Amino acid sequence: MFDLDKWQEIFSTIRKNKLRTFLTGFSVAWGIFMLIILLGSGRGLENGVTKQFEQDATNSIWIYRGQTSMPYKGLKPGRRILFTNEDYENSKREIKNIDNLSSRLSIFQQRILSYKNEYGNFDIIGVHPGTKSLENVKIIEGRFLNDIDINTNRKAVAISTDVKKTLFKDKPFLGEYININKIPFIVIGLFEDSSERDNQRVYIPVSTAQKIFTGGTEIQNIAFTTGDATVKESMELENEIRSSFAVRHKFDKDDQRALFINNNVEQYTKFLNLFAGIRMFVWIIGIGTIIAGIVGVSNIMLIVVKERTKEIGIRKAIGATPRSIIGLVLLESILITGFAGYVGLVLGVGLLELISPHIQSDFFTNPEADFRIAVSATILLIFSGALAGFVPARKAARIKPIEALRDE
Amino acid sequence: MIELKGLHKSYITGNNKLHVLKGLDLTIEQGELVSVMGSSGSGKSTLLNVLGILDSYDEGYYKLNNTLMSNLSEKKAAQYRNHMLGFVFQSFNLISFKNAVENVALPLYYQGVNRKKRNKIALEYLDRMGLKDWAEHMPNEMSGGQKQRVAIARAMISKPKVILADEPTGALDSQTSLEVMDLFREINSTGITIIIVTHEKDISEKTDRIIHIKDGIIGSEIISTRKISETIGSYRNQ
Ligand SMILES: Nc1ncnc2c1ncn2[C@@H]1O[C@H](COP(=O)(O)OP(=O)(O)OP(=O)(O)O)[C@@H](O)[C@H]1O
Ligand SMILES: [Mg+2]
Repeated sequence: MFDLDKWQEIFSTIRKNKLRTFLTGFSVAWGIFMLIILLGSGRGLENGVTKQFEQDATNSIWIYRGQTSMPYKGLKPGRRILFTNEDYENSKREIKNIDNLSSRLSIFQQRILSYKNEYGNFDIIGVHPGTKSLENVKIIEGRFLNDIDINTNRKAVAISTDVKKTLFKDKPFLGEYININKIPFIVIGLFEDSSERDNQRVYIPVSTAQKIFTGGTEIQNIAFTTGDATVKESMELENEIRSSFAVRHKFDKDDQRALFINNNVEQYTKFLNLFAGIRMFVWIIGIGTIIAGIVGVSNIMLIVVKERTKEIGIRKAIGATPRSIIGLVLLESILITGFAGYVGLVLGVGLLELISPHIQSDFFTNPEADFRIAVSATILLIFSGALAGFVPARKAARIKPIEALRDE
Repeated sequence: MIELKGLHKSYITGNNKLHVLKGLDLTIEQGELVSVMGSSGSGKSTLLNVLGILDSYDEGYYKLNNTLMSNLSEKKAAQYRNHMLGFVFQSFNLISFKNAVENVALPLYYQGVNRKKRNKIALEYLDRMGLKDWAEHMPNEMSGGQKQRVAIARAMISKPKVILADEPTGALDSQTSLEVMDLFREINSTGITIIIVTHEKDISEKTDRIIHIKDGIIGSEIISTRKISETIGSYRNQ
């Protein structure tokens, strides 16, 4: 296999038929190139969307208020549904298998926060401790809000890394007081959110927010995570919630506009399935292209074998076994396929690397062909090279020396 | 060395059956230099192919070096050809993209001899053929006589028991033909059995024994005039 002589034989035939070898190799290179581009793009889409999901817990369900669109027991449509602490308490009591329940009250959008002489515009949001998991935030220092903060209406605040950068620079911040609407809040922790937008926030206890800023029991939305609920379970949960809210707020439970439920479990699974589908589709197309390449290589090798009939006859007459002849043809085929495929692989990966910085968007990041794809492609190449060489090699092994050597 | 008994060989093409060898008997001892003659189509090449295990036969038997040659696997046949036999053809049959040394060395490649060693041996054989300076030349840069000497070197390199030559001088002029025949005589003198198929009477006269094929069997066997005079000469000397 690693005999220099054998490789020299192969190289000498390849060198003698440059154009033909090139054309053959080209079809294989093209096939691999397309496969890599397609797989890479699929991966880019997947990365993008996955990143979108990673900004929040992938197993979360979010409940938003809406406006009724159907009449219900004498009530006219067009009524606004308002959530209060009662909805939070009821949900906590009624819904089984939930964790990280949190209500949310957005106090101010882009309101000025200040620390000594530093100022910045940020979102101020009242929440329950469950938001830490719901928003999938990473605690960098200190802690997130806890139940005691809620129960005691504590004026405590968790700030994002962006807020910290603006107000504190590199100064210590834990235990310092920042002013929210001129009211001092103690900084209890620092967090980071992978979403650009969500990192422009501070979180305060929802109870404090109601007491100090809104003066009521209103909240804007409720969210919770569902543990490891399946899609089916999460959808049943969704129905339960809808019924329970419909009774409490007096709207038709088929009224889709009265209440919006955003079920991440369901959507995430849908996307996962979609990507599995895309990936399979890409492989089918890619493999189709590669098969066309294999047929091309196989055809060329058949012609090569025919042209080399006499040479193979000579070799057999002086003692070449059928096996050594098969090796000769098979190796040449694997070499052409392997080399061409490798070129396609490198070009494909190169192109992805080249364009990837220019096409970053929310739903498309890092189109890449990872190591696993490269390995699969390599195995595929060697396999297809062997496949392409198989028929011609067998034909070569069957050449009879007397027929090959007869002088025409 | 070679023993044929009642050998039959037919070619079947479509519905036609061509009976070429019809019960041929032939014995050739080790170290003989034999020529095979006969009209065109009489089956000389067919016989040589059977002897060279390049083709099968239908009936009778063929023993090479006391081993029966029948029902051999392709692999086994290849091994016998590699170790026992050397071939020389009318049209040389060198591999066009290999130079002289590489062509000569090829049988050793199939014996698993490493590249350096086999090229060294090949060069020695080329030297014996007087072609040392042509070692790196490609076949298309050489004359017919030179090519045939390369082919002979290739046939000899594996130290075969028998060399089979099918009209080795057919493509050469008479002067070169005689040189090649001298070469064969020289090789024969080292004990290698040589069988030469030829049309030319003066070529066959250079061998010790002439076999005529006629109607698929051995028509007549003649001790060549050369051999006779040689024998007489040796008697005289006694
Ligand atoms: N592979 C084959 N298939 C069918 N017929 C064949 C085959 N090889 C040879 N023949 C026929 O067998 C007969 C003997 O052929 P062969 O080649 O042995 O003759 P030859 O004595 O060598 O003739 P020449 O002196 O012309 O070379 C011829 O009639 C030829 O046409
Ligand atoms: Mg002939």
